[in-house]
Amino acid sequence: MAYVAVKGGERAIDAAHDWLAEERRGDPAVPPLGVAQIQQQLGRAVNRVMAEGSLYDPQLAALAIKQAQGDLIEAAFLLRAYRTTLPRFAHSKPVDTGAMRIERRISAIFKDLPGGQMLGPTYDYTHRLLDFSLLDDEAVAQGPVAEAVPEAMPRVPDILGHEGIIEPDVPSEQEPGDLTREPLSFPAGRDVRLQALARGDEGFLLGMGYSTQRGYGGSHPFAGEIRMGEVSVEIEPAELGFAIDIGDVVLTECQMVNQFQGSKTVPPRFTRGYGLVFGFGERKAMAMALVDRTLRAEELGEDVTAPAQNVEFVLYHSDNIEATGFVEHLKLPHYVDFQSELQNVRKMRAERGTPE
Amino acid sequence: MDAPRSARQRWMSVLARADTGVLRRLLNQRAPLPAYTVLRGPEGGLAMVRGRAGGGGAAFNLGEMTVTRCSVSTEAGFVGHAYIQGRDTARAELAALADALMQDPLQAESIEKHVIAPLEHQQALKRAERAGKAAATKVQFFTMRTMRT
Amino acid sequence: MTPGFADPVADSQACFRTILDVMARPGHVRSVSGITAPAPLCDAAAAVLLTLLDHETPLWLDPEAEAARPWIAFHTGAPHGASFAMALSLPDLTRFPAGTDEMPETSATIIVQVASLTAGRAYRLEGPGLRQPAVVRIAGLPDDFASIWQRNHALFPRGIDLILCAGNTLTALPRSVSVTKA
Repeated sequence: MAYVAVKGGERAIDAAHDWLAEERRGDPAVPPLGVAQIQQQLGRAVNRVMAEGSLYDPQLAALAIKQAQGDLIEAAFLLRAYRTTLPRFAHSKPVDTGAMRIERRISAIFKDLPGGQMLGPTYDYTHRLLDFSLLDDEAVAQGPVAEAVPEAMPRVPDILGHEGIIEPDVPSEQEPGDLTREPLSFPAGRDVRLQALARGDEGFLLGMGYSTQRGYGGSHPFAGEIRMGEVSVEIEPAELGFAIDIGDVVLTECQMVNQFQGSKTVPPRFTRGYGLVFGFGERKAMAMALVDRTLRAEELGEDVTAPAQNVEFVLYHSDNIEATGFVEHLKLPHYVDFQSELQNVRKMRAERGTPE
Repeated sequence: MDAPRSARQRWMSVLARADTGVLRRLLNQRAPLPAYTVLRGPEGGLAMVRGRAGGGGAAFNLGEMTVTRCSVSTEAGFVGHAYIQGRDTARAELAALADALMQDPLQAESIEKHVIAPLEHQQALKRAERAGKAAATKVQFFTMRTMRT
Repeated sequence: MTPGFADPVADSQACFRTILDVMARPGHVRSVSGITAPAPLCDAAAAVLLTLLDHETPLWLDPEAEAARPWIAFHTGAPHGASFAMALSLPDLTRFPAGTDEMPETSATIIVQVASLTAGRAYRLEGPGLRQPAVVRIAGLPDDFASIWQRNHALFPRGIDLILCAGNTLTALPRSVSVTKA
């Protein structure tokens, strides 16, 4: 691969960017879109950009969406670029999703799980009919409010765990690897895999997860539990010497429960895949949990036959910023490369006596 | 000079979630703000948020969040710190000042009454409102008779 | 606890520019401003620390400078390690990472506080960044500094980089420069 320096495009580039700004604004007769409007009214887009941009800041994500004219990969790219300008003060204590202030919680395996099931603000059970009333700015009626009874909401694996029929979490205080500091290398531990998946492209993970359900590395999953809500984030600044709460992030967590035939050393039991993403991102959390489980194939002694079980394949291609960078670089000048290819092909044709 | 840890954790947690305008108004309407020196910041940065595999296993890095921090020292010699989510430098400075004042025995009672308690109440209401909305979407299962025969 | 830079953004940028300049022109002496250092550090050393360190740049601190540790930790958050070192007298350079041939940038940068950069023993500097050999006077380095330095210089592209600070002035000796007694 070679790049060649080209001069002379400056004026064209400036004009292109000026036009882009005009296009972004659109018809001046239409009121401009405020960042607060995006943050409030395009929340799912904001969540996706925060997850794939790997930066939790709803206002910045909304700004990025505005700047990128709604191109969510471009917006995630803007967030990734922004974060490189900031020092990292701290890492948090691992968040406790068991203490989440739950806004949605469902289980496909236990009807009557302790704490109950709450649908939250979901698109499930909507009819997918276009709602033409949204063409007008009609006021939205306040939904019902019920009395919230404080109740423990244990994570589903913690409920099944007592029987030993499902694999337990193995707590560890080992310092996790960090892709933003050390480039990906293989074999990649589950810590690094989960980080890569959490910032991975939703579409890619959805396709990978789907492929496992269709038989490419089938892992017989059940959605053990999906929960969404706020968790507090705590850091421990050195000057204080104790942990302080710095705010809240909305997270979506998915516990996939998978059938497992057992191996020479482990009796048959349920295994698990885990998904955790910034914001309300249920599709992404579920896909992540499916792929997390298939990427554990080798660890669990299963044959690695399908793309979704291939750690290198999945991790090297899940990041949409890297992917778009490499795909889109093809539009940059490759004049020298192409000239040499051209000469090669002409030479080969001449050698074979192909008429010009 | 060190306030009991859990008490300080509580008020820092309340201050971290305060609305800037409200915090400024509550701090100012009580009495003129005392003079203070900024020791560090307010400055923006990041915290890496961690989760645990499976919810309870080994830690992994989930992604970063924006954080603003500030440290101030009051004339009376109390040092206040703030680390708050987001990028609001004014809020970080006010939160650090309030943290310093809460450690000052001459100020703490008044700040608690006029600043911390009202903020905490407001935050509890906001949480309760969302919890109430979630509770309204709680599913009441019943098994249909015809399914059982 | 005392504040760091009076104007953190502008002052640290100015100091960074100064460090670049003295690294590029070894032996040139420049000054920094906007800071009051905690004892026992001089202003220039404190400014360099605040400019170059953060949570991800491990620092080895001379036990003699222990009194400044809380201030450094508060303002930089630098963990323990030896990507950087702050010393009140020249430490044994061979104890610090000199980098590898593949990754020479992983070597340590050592900040040494000396008595003066205008008076004292004269050294002759030669190397990249110097059109002609320069002479610099430094008080507070060991008598055999020139030979110590030449052993470090011989490791190039590996090797330690030194930043020398006195009062509010600083200069630098990057590994690429050769030092002899003048």
